[in-house]
Amino acid sequence: MVYLLIIISAIFVNNIVFSQFLGICPFLGVSKKIDTAAGMGAAVTFVLTLATVVTYLLQKYVLEPFELTFLQTILFILVIAALVQMIEIVLKKVSPSLYQALGVFLPLITTNCCILGVAILVGDGTWAGKIPGAEANLLQGTVYAFATAVGFAVALILFAGIREQLSMNKVPKAMEGTPVALLTAGLLAMAFMGFSGVV
Amino acid sequence: MSKALNTFTNGLLKENPTFGLVLGMCPTLATTTSAVNGMSMGLATMFVLICSNVVISMLRNLIPDKVHIPAYIVVIASFVTMVQLLMQAYLPSIYETLGLFIPLIVVNCIVLGRAEAFAAKNGVGLSALDGIGMGLGFTLSLTVLGAVRELLGSGMIFAAGDYAGLTIFPEDYKMLIFVLAPGAFIALAYLMALINKLRK
Amino acid sequence: MKRLESNLLNMVLSLTIVAVAAAALLGGLYVLTAEPIAQQKIQKQQAALTEVLPNMEGMTIAEGETVEGQTVYKALVGDEMVGAAVETAGIGFGGTFKVMVGFDKEGKVYNYKVLEHQETPGLGDNMAKWFKTEKNNQSVIGKSPATDKLQVSKDGGDIDAITAATISSRAFLLAIENAYKAYNACQGQTVDAATGATQQTTEAESDTIEIKCQAVQDANTDVESQNNETL
Repeated sequence: MVYLLIIISAIFVNNIVFSQFLGICPFLGVSKKIDTAAGMGAAVTFVLTLATVVTYLLQKYVLEPFELTFLQTILFILVIAALVQMIEIVLKKVSPSLYQALGVFLPLITTNCCILGVAILVGDGTWAGKIPGAEANLLQGTVYAFATAVGFAVALILFAGIREQLSMNKVPKAMEGTPVALLTAGLLAMAFMGFSGVV
Repeated sequence: MSKALNTFTNGLLKENPTFGLVLGMCPTLATTTSAVNGMSMGLATMFVLICSNVVISMLRNLIPDKVHIPAYIVVIASFVTMVQLLMQAYLPSIYETLGLFIPLIVVNCIVLGRAEAFAAKNGVGLSALDGIGMGLGFTLSLTVLGAVRELLGSGMIFAAGDYAGLTIFPEDYKMLIFVLAPGAFIALAYLMALINKLRK
Repeated sequence: MKRLESNLLNMVLSLTIVAVAAAALLGGLYVLTAEPIAQQKIQKQQAALTEVLPNMEGMTIAEGETVEGQTVYKALVGDEMVGAAVETAGIGFGGTFKVMVGFDKEGKVYNYKVLEHQETPGLGDNMAKWFKTEKNNQSVIGKSPATDKLQVSKDGGDIDAITAATISSRAFLLAIENAYKAYNACQGQTVDAATGATQQTTEAESDTIEIKCQAVQDANTDVESQNNETL
């Protein structure tokens, strides 16, 4: 039951883009076409889940026992950067077709703040405060990370769908590009606000 | 001299991080619920930006090309951790408000972007100026956006902690949506459109 | 000066030097700031405690102890308990929140402070001030869960809910009720202390204490109903 709550909360109620403002750069940057948006969404889901597991284990078995929690930021970002590189190399060898689909997005992911953001939230255990009954352990934290990434993909694909339509319409000169995209995102965020209070 | 002046005003106006380069959107949207919050975030980022620009510019010839990204990340992350520790010790209330977004300065594209595009190619003095210009530009944008959202959303401006701020119009006329998440997107969209219009 | 070549030795050397320098610098700063950070935490808690408790001469605030899953800080003058601050948590609209509630000698709410919350800005987060503003029936200050019905008026209680934030208001009032239970349990404990029993709560004892508290509570309500009749 608690897993269902975590999933609904992470995807809809506390959507990472629309209510927590993480991962806005790729959200605005790679959302012009549905195909690329789906690719980015899949790549983020993959890396985010994996990175959270690794950083959580580091936090619990290295940083906390040795009282080195102040090195959290520096360690997490390095681990994420290394992990992305490794995934790239492994994917290239093991599954060239998957590499072709996701490869171009991988370098962009290191500086995607939703990866580091979620890794810190899960490492500190603060994510559990928003969901009644949730405990900040490895399994629930991983489910939360995965669901958050799915929430990111949902937001990205929805947004890309709207932008595809929008590109065919005439927009006032000053509103072209980023402003109109931000306005669309604002309306989507308003729609997602309707979920608040569900969990 | 004119080159120094150009470097300085470049970040402040022409290549303003928020309105010109459209970088660092996450903290821009998330922390601008009030003018003071926006300004604190801007100043924290500026500190990291200036320090990392200076240090990277000093080290630029000592770091081989192939490993420059991890080395830069270590430098930036160190300064971010310093800001974290110092804020926890001396400005705990601001640290709590900004929360997660302080460690996330590490992945703010402006910081790594300036390190790559400017500090890795220029001298220490110019890099420091670039950091100050970009940092001020970022701080200014965040403060303006925060002020607009605070004014529309609560009718007050520059409220901080126990200080209630200047009341511009009565609370009954406030539009709460501007303090909430959607208001961040909408306010930034219109501000950006306004600036695009004025630039022409 | 030319940039260093990207050979293995240079790469390993430069990265190691950068990493070691960074770690040493941060370690030093961590040691320097550890003291002020710890101080800030204590100060914050002290400030909250003095805010929610009545200020009396010769009053000392005891160390926190856990009662019914909540942290209770007793205010003592000599050996007598003149009030207590209870740190409790509740589940609001946006997630869990923490509040410190101060009770005076008679079990009336003296003051409260919201320590952490995730309620909607402008709506639910009004709880920080709403329930201590003397306006209509919003305030809980000076009221006691024993004598007043601390529920929102929609549910038949005595308190006005925050405009457009009924769920947050319900959660807040429930948290106060819970805090009162812990306060009451402690009052039972001091009665014990007066008769010579130990003041420490252990796992085995907690059951009996709860029963005693129940008795105290019943006694209280009896007195109150009598009072009401005489009125």
